[in-house]
Amino acid sequence: MALLEVDSIEVRFPLREQEVIALRDVSFQLDRGERLGIVGESGAGKSVAAFAILNLISRPGYISEGEIRFDGQNLVRLSESQLSRVRGDRITMIFQDPMMTLNPVLTIGTQMMECLRTHRHLGEREAREIAVENLKKVRIPSAEARIDQYPHELSGGMRQRVVIAIALLTEPDLIIADEPTTALDVTIQAEIMALLLELCETENVALILITHDLGVVAQVTQRTIVMYAGRIIEEGPTRALIDRPQHPYTEGLIQALPENAVSGQRLNQIPGMMPTLTAIPLGCSFNPRCGHASDRCKTEVPLLSTDQDHRVACFWRMQQGAR
Amino acid sequence: MFAFLVRRLIQAVLVMFVISLISFSIQDNLGDPLREMLGVAVSEAERERLREELGLNDPFLEQYWRFLQKAVQGDLGNSYFFKRPALEVIMEKLPATVELVLGATLIIVTLSVPIGVYCAIRPKTWLARTLMGLSIIGISVPVFLTAILLIYVFSIHLGWFPSYGRGDTAMIGFWETGLLTRDGLIHLVLPSIALSSIMLPLFIRLIRSEMMECLEQDYIRFARAKGLSNRRIWFIHALKNTLLPVITVGGVQIGTMIAFTILTETVFQWPGMGFLFLEAVNRTDTPLIIAYMIIVGLIFVVTNTLVDLIYGLVDPTVKLARRI
Amino acid sequence: MRKLWQAVAGSDLYYHFKRDKVAIASFSTLMLMVLISFTAPLIAPFDPYDPMQIDIMNSDIPPSWVENGEEQFKLGTDAQGRDMLSTMMYGTRISITIGLLAVCLQLVIGITLGLVAGYFGGRIDSILMRIADIQLSFSTLMVAIIVLAIFQASLGADLYGEYALLMLVLVIGIAEWPQYARTVRASVLAEKEKEYVDAVRVIGLGPMRIMFRHILPNTLSPVLVISTVQVANAIMSEAALSFLGLGMPVNQPSLGSLINAGFEFILSGSWWITTFPAIALILLVLVINLLGDWLRDVLNPKLYKG
Repeated sequence: MALLEVDSIEVRFPLREQEVIALRDVSFQLDRGERLGIVGESGAGKSVAAFAILNLISRPGYISEGEIRFDGQNLVRLSESQLSRVRGDRITMIFQDPMMTLNPVLTIGTQMMECLRTHRHLGEREAREIAVENLKKVRIPSAEARIDQYPHELSGGMRQRVVIAIALLTEPDLIIADEPTTALDVTIQAEIMALLLELCETENVALILITHDLGVVAQVTQRTIVMYAGRIIEEGPTRALIDRPQHPYTEGLIQALPENAVSGQRLNQIPGMMPTLTAIPLGCSFNPRCGHASDRCKTEVPLLSTDQDHRVACFWRMQQGAR
Repeated sequence: MFAFLVRRLIQAVLVMFVISLISFSIQDNLGDPLREMLGVAVSEAERERLREELGLNDPFLEQYWRFLQKAVQGDLGNSYFFKRPALEVIMEKLPATVELVLGATLIIVTLSVPIGVYCAIRPKTWLARTLMGLSIIGISVPVFLTAILLIYVFSIHLGWFPSYGRGDTAMIGFWETGLLTRDGLIHLVLPSIALSSIMLPLFIRLIRSEMMECLEQDYIRFARAKGLSNRRIWFIHALKNTLLPVITVGGVQIGTMIAFTILTETVFQWPGMGFLFLEAVNRTDTPLIIAYMIIVGLIFVVTNTLVDLIYGLVDPTVKLARRI
Repeated sequence: MRKLWQAVAGSDLYYHFKRDKVAIASFSTLMLMVLISFTAPLIAPFDPYDPMQIDIMNSDIPPSWVENGEEQFKLGTDAQGRDMLSTMMYGTRISITIGLLAVCLQLVIGITLGLVAGYFGGRIDSILMRIADIQLSFSTLMVAIIVLAIFQASLGADLYGEYALLMLVLVIGIAEWPQYARTVRASVLAEKEKEYVDAVRVIGLGPMRIMFRHILPNTLSPVLVISTVQVANAIMSEAALSFLGLGMPVNQPSLGSLINAGFEFILSGSWWITTFPAIALILLVLVINLLGDWLRDVLNPKLYKG
């Protein structure tokens, strides 16, 4: 049985004038120890998908349809108090900006130990021991001293290491990391990513990595999901998806990578912009920017193919046959 | 830390200097000190001789220097009305005002935090809406009207509480307290409520809006993702961040509260400094006015410094030396 | 004029206003009070400033619906025999006038100093802001009480009464400038970074012109929000000062001095002398505060916090 099964989730945000659907018909699976990347432009719904798993979507958003089964348990149906037993224990999260994620007025130790005391009911001393051990695990020098410091006394990279240490404290089954390196200096990004990958491998933790960076996905994950305007448009093994992208959008994304640019020429950009959620075009939401769009694409929504391991939601590709 | 204290000290000295200058310049202009001493039936020559003797004809700076020297030693002259040292008269009334402020502060602190927090975490409930509605009415009713209303309802109509004065008091050393007798405590109830009546809604609104802002922060979402209980998220993660700005505002409000004591004490005829000050103004009792100004100035300077110090100690992200 | 109306009707503010019952009710009440009080000389049944119309024999008459009330004095009369309704209309006018004038003064001083501090920065900025710090740490009411007490003691109550209105405006106006100065300064600092100011400078416009024509319009929404609350505060301060006998004299009463005058008689049963001005005062301040709250919610400007 898969560790996590997300089954046709829909997320809505009731706004003043209309209800916006931020996520439509999103389904995917994750096995134990598997690492999954979710990529897309900002606003594609990848963060909403990540937060939906733990029902942490910011209000007034809510999950209007679908099931999320974690270890056989439907998380959507759980009460807030039942859910809080899963949150931070079996599933933990890493947020984007470590500057904002750590509470400025509490010491790192307090913010680590409170997890252990809540979920493991440990005493002060035991909790502290485990906290220090985890700080060492993420290679924070002189962890015994650092634990009593406040977040602002640490550098950005150090802070994100602390956040990773917090995520590992309870030996979770799954870590959800929402753009864990985008807020950091470029020089530190690779270092933090490598650390995260290494720890997931040694501790055998499953990972959902949300990012807009296909390079990072290629380095860390085994499977990848591409999202566009609130839908999954392609899903497959990372290697295959990057080598042989099926959806015209994915293809565009890969061609837009700097390493695929021909020197002396402009970067290959996908023309146009992703539609806002309030104005999604009829049919395939990518059709206004797509070079292969047919009449059918303008009226009918393509569904993700279900049979193969590498799935795509595109009429043109289905007609052409996978390459 | 040291640099902070020095800067604070310079600021305090500056403020006290301005106050002393004002005090000194009104000393001569409000009423004629000679007339106060001698009455009217003294010849012009005699007056001139006395002026010379008292140093009233000396250059301004010389007179001001003499005033300063005396003031530092606590000699601010005799009250015209009480015929006693002005500072002594004021200090006698200090306990009454301090106890009144204490009573009001107690009400504000114990009520504003729970109500403000409740209105922030349950903003949509009818109770929160009612409380917020009441709070905007609260900040719109002047202190003296609340005081009059309280007297009208609770002492004239219902007769539950006395309407004026401090009641029985006890002496602890030089401190005349009303906190130790039943009668004194009963007398304290209405004035304390009146004094807190504008500050309380102000703080409730402040705490609510700060707390709501805190709850929007990423670290609260992260705390939720960690599976912490709501209670821990509200009272440890959010409240601590909420109260930091509240401390700063609170410091400024202490000053406003002292101004409000004048109003409250007038309505309740509470025998404190504010009541005394207003009487002094009506009697043109200059030394008393000056003594009051200096005491109040000191209170401001000291409380502001204390509040900044406390803020620096509570907020880990503030290095005192860098602030202000 | 038509253009202006179109701009108002098409604005976000008007859109939200139409949908908010509290805002509409507060605004109408406020406008009604302003209208009644400023047309008082035309519509008030009596002129409380005219000694010929005041008869001491008419003193302490209760409201008309109470026993012993007289039909011509709808809300009764005060201790000097003045018609309460008329006196209140004139009093409200004085309260509103002082509130508005004091806030205008605050605006002028605060915005000018804020613009100067923000635009020039450096030494001027740090000196001005240090002064603002010190002034903010003292309560306005406290400063006003002491200053006015000194003036009253030195001028004598009668002479002081003649200048009371001016003194009140000056004291309340001067004491509260830092609020504006800080907010405007913060806005200026933020705006200064933006490209259009650079662009304007490149064209070669002087600093004064840049500040008043280009930066100031962008700081309007926080200033508007502060002003609303400040008018309410100024009216409250005036009432408090008058209640202490440091404000408007009895022969030219504001709402605060009316309440003060009535306070002496509340124990002897003449409740109306205090009650009606008190209701008018609370209502006036309340609707302004409600409007201020509403404006802050709608405009949601970045206000300067301590």
